Amino acid sequence: MSLLDLFKRRGSAPVARERLQVLLAYERRNRSQPDLVSVLREEIMAVIARHVQIDQDYLQVSMDRGETMSTLEIDIQIPNKSARPLAMSA
Amino acid sequence: MGKVVVVTSGKGGVGKTTSTAALGAAVARTGKKVALVDFDVGLRNLDLIMGAERRVVFDLVNVIQGTAKLSQALIRDKRVETLFLLPASQTRDKDALTEEGVGEVIDKLRSVFDYVFCDSPAGIERGAQLAMRFADEAVIVTNPEVSSVRDSDRIIGLLDARTVKAERGEQIAKHVLVTRYDAARAARGEMLSIDDVLEILSTPLLGIIPESQDVLKASNLGSPVTLSDPTNSAARAYIEAAKRLEGEDLPVVVPFERKGFLDRLFGRRAA
Ligand SMILES: Nc1ncnc2c1ncn2[C@@H]1O[C@H](COP(=O)(O)OP(=O)(O)O)[C@@H](O)[C@H]1O
Ligand SMILES: [Mg+2]
Repeated sequence: MSLLDLFKRRGSAPVARERLQVLLAYERRNRSQPDLVSVLREEIMAVIARHVQIDQDYLQVSMDRGETMSTLEIDIQIPNKSARPLAMSA
Repeated sequence: MGKVVVVTSGKGGVGKTTSTAALGAAVARTGKKVALVDFDVGLRNLDLIMGAERRVVFDLVNVIQGTAKLSQALIRDKRVETLFLLPASQTRDKDALTEEGVGEVIDKLRSVFDYVFCDSPAGIERGAQLAMRFADEAVIVTNPEVSSVRDSDRIIGLLDARTVKAERGEQIAKHVLVTRYDAARAARGEMLSIDDVLEILSTPLLGIIPESQDVLKASNLGSPVTLSDPTNSAARAYIEAAKRLEGEDLPVVVPFERKGFLDRLFGRRAA
């Protein structure tokens, strides 16, 4: 049996298994308490809202949950006129 | 103004989610802007079938409750630029969707996208009714099997009574999509024939999707079957169905097994 056969035999099931493991690990954790990434997301957004008044359209949040690492990407476009430095002292 | 298409069936497990992904991707591949909306609140799966499960941040309920903007909740497909997914929420609260909220979201989607496909939950209750509520057209996913056909008939009744279009006295365009069609079993007379299904439901046929290993493989990989390998029989059948949905006049060919040909000639009603 060639290496290629071995490889082929694996089919698509291992991919399915891996995808499910990552997803279910996350969903099970989340059933009892929100995961760190979700907590960070909510708090970062709250902080932003406190200091700059921006339309939610200028805020893009994306996430990529991996097995050992997740990335949270927050992209904020701050129009210059809406920066309110005074609020910083509060 | 885009078209809103509900993919529905009454019965569960007949292929609604598979079909939503496959038809939506097939239409989007031609350059049309397409949004897929998962209405299966509490049991979302369209994200998995689309391979977007790791990228879900916000969902339909967040948008309706105002905690996220529609533009933030829409996930762009990594393969097809014009294809987007709006995931369902995993909440157990069945009343998380309001009719007013759903209406607003659908209106916005309709103004931006060419096609909005709504993946209905199983059943004939609130969730399924909300998924169809604002539809212009319906794809009724049916397996050639008695309980599925019966449930499709009930769904057709709801489409003609409970949709906004129907209440306005307009006709909602309905299409039957027969899925999981097994030509060998049909040839042996073990399965309702396409003619039987169409005669009973008296609704035009959008296509016939064969039972195929490729569907399982595509869902393992997290890709609509029309994107993972557009040449296999199920993908080709979905691509043709998508063209018919867009108004192309393509004849539907009933798949048949060679040895079933004689059966077709002599005794199609063997069962
Ligand atoms: N044409 C097909 N050939 C083989 N399996 C299919 C086909 N269509 C759907 N399936 C399988 O049937 C099951 C239910 O499909 P799904 O799309 O989730 O149904 P629903 O959304 O109606 O509950 C899934 O395991 C799916 O892979
Ligand atoms: Mg489903």
